[in-house]
Amino acid sequence: MIVAQQKPLDEIKAMIASANKVLILGCGTCVTVCFAGGEKEVAILASQLRMATRLDGQEKEIQELTVQRQCEYEYNELATDHVRDADLIISLACGIGVQTMNEQFPDKLTVPGLNTSGLSQPTEQGVWEERCQACGDCVLALTGGLCPVARCAKSLLNGPCGGSQRGICEVYADRQTPCVWDQIYKRLEALGQLDRLMEIQPPKNWHTSRDGGQRKIVREDLRI
Amino acid sequence: MSDNGYIVGSNLEKALKAGYFVATGELGPPQSADRHEIEHKAQFLKGIVESVNITDCQTAVVRMSSISVAVLLMELGIEPNIQMTCRDRNRIAIQSDLLGAYALGCRNLLCLSGDHQTFGNHPQAKNVHDLDSITLLQACRDMRDRKVFQCGDAIKGQEPRFFLGAAANPFADPFEFRPYRLGKKVKAGANFIQTQIIFNVPKFRDFMRRVVDLGLHEQTYLLAGVAPIRSLGGAKYMATKVPGMEVAPEYIERMQNATKGMPTMAQIKAMDDPKAAADARRLRKEAEEGEGIQICVEIINECKTIKGVAGVHIMAIEWEQAVNEIVKRAQIGPKYDPARQAA
Repeated sequence: MIVAQQKPLDEIKAMIASANKVLILGCGTCVTVCFAGGEKEVAILASQLRMATRLDGQEKEIQELTVQRQCEYEYNELATDHVRDADLIISLACGIGVQTMNEQFPDKLTVPGLNTSGLSQPTEQGVWEERCQACGDCVLALTGGLCPVARCAKSLLNGPCGGSQRGICEVYADRQTPCVWDQIYKRLEALGQLDRLMEIQPPKNWHTSRDGGQRKIVREDLRI
Repeated sequence: MSDNGYIVGSNLEKALKAGYFVATGELGPPQSADRHEIEHKAQFLKGIVESVNITDCQTAVVRMSSISVAVLLMELGIEPNIQMTCRDRNRIAIQSDLLGAYALGCRNLLCLSGDHQTFGNHPQAKNVHDLDSITLLQACRDMRDRKVFQCGDAIKGQEPRFFLGAAANPFADPFEFRPYRLGKKVKAGANFIQTQIIFNVPKFRDFMRRVVDLGLHEQTYLLAGVAPIRSLGGAKYMATKVPGMEVAPEYIERMQNATKGMPTMAQIKAMDDPKAAADARRLRKEAEEGEGIQICVEIINECKTIKGVAGVHIMAIEWEQAVNEIVKRAQIGPKYDPARQAA
């Protein structure tokens, strides 16, 4: 899922400094599941901002609302009245939600309350680890189902580099992040497919990734 | 292959092909635009090693570029071995720089993936890694042998011809895969290999046994990485802080014993007589450096007995003065190898 983290309160306060009426708009999908921008987080941020702006002597009027899916117009339509009443909207959705709101309600500015930080898997309670970089040309069949593009610090396709020791990647200060190429090696060994690692993977076509510019999928069969 | 039987005919290639036990050196460019620092370091390397590696912003710290330092070294009569990492340049920039490097006279090239920018002085930099060390080798080999760019377009005119090198870390994991990964680099075009610094000779022997079993020593020249330890602190640092390095406990112990019976640093600091303190400090330093050089020479001599090792790559970064003593005592390199003198 798409995961995100709330921005520091001071940064949010600075973004809304010139507004009096603020709508905090949550999203009921990915960011609800990762506890960053659902109904509960909207309520907490609203209380924090009410309190903080009161202490600053310029209390703002803070409204709360959460829509089911902020990346689609039809769900955001339900927020139309709230948007009309607000000077500014803080979106607690991912970057897609923020942009959908700005596009759908161009006369009001929607600012991001979250930093969107990846396509991740919840690996334990309170922990999300990046698994996919949406490179547009999936290599998981070659690597035993573990992604080197997202999980190797150098996105190597012919790893592991010399910085892999006892299964740990040298790059992370925590000295606990696994080297995905070590994991790929062990996985392919278990599958009896180590011969895959003897093949040299050619340079990746990064054009399908962001490097080719903004990506767009058009499915003619689905268009009306 | 050119007409004379050499791939490019650099000093390094010639010495390796002649079968000498070869020594290469290394020079870290300055973190400034000062050419004098290079000239200063170069005097300690000239004439005693076959070629000198010039790092490409090692540990991701901004330094003078490898290719420009290579040109300065050539002016000083030293054959450079330029390094190129995949961290900072995409395939367009890499190929462009290599066209220029050849035109400027560079003939040896070490292909690396590059230290991650997290380790350096610009940890917020965007990294590239468009190619990796293996596909970089392929691209360089294809430019040289097939006269095509990575995209497949023909090079109309002079192609860049480099004696191609790659790195290998025999001490990284998974250990059992390392010789095969080396094999991939050879398959991708590595004419020579320079390894991570060796302070665990038995483990390196194991690695080499498997390299030889795979027949890789017949397809590439393998130079064992060595370095002189300068102090006990340095040894401990390499043992515990440098990822991908293994330092056998015996070397730490020897560095410790080197100053046995001498006043400790704490005792020296407490001395009243400044001259006596300076003398004591100098004696400690000489003892440590002497032992570090001795260990390095012993490791080189052990490497000479390991099948498949074609020479050593001496990494005395920021201690270039030590290289002469090392090659002299190990009797290797253009100046001190008795076989070279006879020829």
